[in-house]
Amino acid sequence: MALPPYVGPADIAWHYGFRFYCALVLIFLMLPILVIIPLSFNAEPYFTYSEGMLAFEPEAYSLRWYADIVTNGMAAPNAPFSWSWIQDSWSNAQWIHSTKNSFIIGIAATLIATTLGTLAALGLTRPHMPFRQAIMALLISPMIVPLIISAAGMFFFYSKIGLSHTFPGIILAHAAIGTPFVVITVTATLAGFDSNLMRAAASLGATPPRTFFKVVVPLISPGVISGALFAFITSFDEVVVVLFLTKFEQRTIPRQMYAGIREQISPTILAVATLLVIIAVLLLLTMEMLRRRNERMRGLSPG
Amino acid sequence: MAEAVITAAPTEVSDAVNLKARLRSATARSRRNAFLLTAPLLIMLLITFIVPILDMLFRSIDDPIVGQAVPRAAIALEDWDSGAGLPSEEAYAALVADLAALRTGGSDGKALIGRFATRLNFEQPGVRSVITKTARKAPKLKEGPYKDALIKIHKKWGQPEIWAAIQRLSAPYTVVHFLASLDLHYDVEGSIVGQPEMRQVYITIWLRTLYISGLVTLLCILLGYPVAYLLATLPQRTSNLLIILVLLPFWTSLLVRTTSWIVVLGRNGVLLETLAWLGLVGDVDRPQLIYNMTGTIVAMTHILLPFMILPIYSVMRGISPTYMRAARSLGANPARAFYKVYLPQTVPGVGAGSILVFILAMGYYITPALVGGQNGTLISNFIAFHMQKSLNWGFAAALGAILLAGVLGLYWLYDRVVGVSNMKMG
Repeated sequence: MALPPYVGPADIAWHYGFRFYCALVLIFLMLPILVIIPLSFNAEPYFTYSEGMLAFEPEAYSLRWYADIVTNGMAAPNAPFSWSWIQDSWSNAQWIHSTKNSFIIGIAATLIATTLGTLAALGLTRPHMPFRQAIMALLISPMIVPLIISAAGMFFFYSKIGLSHTFPGIILAHAAIGTPFVVITVTATLAGFDSNLMRAAASLGATPPRTFFKVVVPLISPGVISGALFAFITSFDEVVVVLFLTKFEQRTIPRQMYAGIREQISPTILAVATLLVIIAVLLLLTMEMLRRRNERMRGLSPG
Repeated sequence: MAEAVITAAPTEVSDAVNLKARLRSATARSRRNAFLLTAPLLIMLLITFIVPILDMLFRSIDDPIVGQAVPRAAIALEDWDSGAGLPSEEAYAALVADLAALRTGGSDGKALIGRFATRLNFEQPGVRSVITKTARKAPKLKEGPYKDALIKIHKKWGQPEIWAAIQRLSAPYTVVHFLASLDLHYDVEGSIVGQPEMRQVYITIWLRTLYISGLVTLLCILLGYPVAYLLATLPQRTSNLLIILVLLPFWTSLLVRTTSWIVVLGRNGVLLETLAWLGLVGDVDRPQLIYNMTGTIVAMTHILLPFMILPIYSVMRGISPTYMRAARSLGANPARAFYKVYLPQTVPGVGAGSILVFILAMGYYITPALVGGQNGTLISNFIAFHMQKSLNWGFAAALGAILLAGVLGLYWLYDRVVGVSNMKMG
């Protein structure tokens, strides 16, 4: 927005000063993330820009840390590229191991959290839901309780019932932590839901299951999917509970990064971080697409 | 309600009582169905989340070891007054009998001696060896007087302190962990006193946790409010683009963001290298920006800032610009119009964001653990320490219980101010 012609110098200074301040804050938000991306292509094992990198010399850049992701931990990383090399990498490389675990745990936890969370949200938005406030507060609480407390509680209890250091244990733990996001997003979607549509479907002869799958599901699906994405990223990013509940067998990407930062810090972490930033960008784009789709569908329904 | 009436069988309109009864049963059915939909999630959360936390909280007061290890001595000490000299010969005899029974009781008994010694040692540093030594010799003590025999084994048995500790700990429940969380303990007479100055640790940690959380919240307001205002007043198309700069960090892994701060703030990191290149800092005497409180505060502010910007932004979007125009046209200067008209309308957003950021900051663990060094760690790091390293689980549980109480209090406040149902994501 351009400044109108009548403003004085003080207003102009304020206008630009304010924007400058906001620009600084936005730089503060973005810059740290952007800084590590070029560094992940550093040919040297350091965390600073070498002189060669600043002069844009091609030999100062390399993909060695990306190669390290797929080779670190392999039995024979220098063997010629072949089917057995791929098998070796797939079953022995540490980062591949944690990536597989992250996806197994994340997807399983998301499925549980999304199914149960959506059902609960459907119940919570029913007109006769008893103790709505109290139950809602209870269902949201895994998001509020500090992770260290959840992790400590789960550590003791899961050890007692034999779930610690197992996949079902960590999956259930992540499902519990992910449900609030599903409940919140689906409840928000259902709050704008026009229940006349269900009556219309019923009056036109649809059975309740048919109404649910043909009318309700398409309308709430953007909310369900964005809740599922939240639950997935929560599990994918979670490390405190993983620290307490898992061993090497269930080690995930954040756990491996945590170990890397604490013990043997190598620029491979920056390469992994860059890949995770790309995943974040993809998730952000998906969420934006869902939001637009949701707004379009809301535009069709009155009220 | 209307659905229920539609799906119910056709009703005799004349029969009013019947109609009421049907309505009531339809409502009851609807309530039950709604509740049944939430039941699976409630049950899962109960088993995987609520019960584990309650179980942990119970550990903070649960203290059965001493009562289990030396039951006879516990009974013998019941009526002993710790202010009036040493206990009677019976108590000594009971203790010897207890320890001898444990010592000859196989591996379970020996393990219990170890736990008993550790438990007492936590109460009175240095008595672990007294217990183990005494337990080793106890089976050989066949006859009295046991009092002299025990004092001969170790002179601490001739002082009332160790007996007072056994007497106090023989109760199955205890508040010592909570006292220790606040730097308090029992003295010999059994009254609660503060730790000496040099052994006060936890008060400092609690204050530091509150201080860092408060400071991070304040920084988030100062950095976030103007950005939220800019986003809310720019044309939709531009603000949609700029908000990506807020949302991308929000979606990026916590560890990635912490790693990037290690890279930026490190001793040979990007920031200090740039400043050195500009000649603003020397090569030798560089300020320490990470692995201390500064590092924790910067990284936490960065990570929590989106949680402040987004609620304020969503409130600001709903404020009509006509109020400000009206204030200006009535003669208020921009500062006054902002202070009197705009600011009060944004308070709900600032309140929501502040409580959220404060709650999240209080329980922060990973970032302080990685960049906090010595003086930038929070209470969560001490909970983890006592869980994993010192294995003092009761104490970890007590610290956790206090933290949880604080957070739930704020959560309750949040629910009152914002309403949990109005919480939005993204």
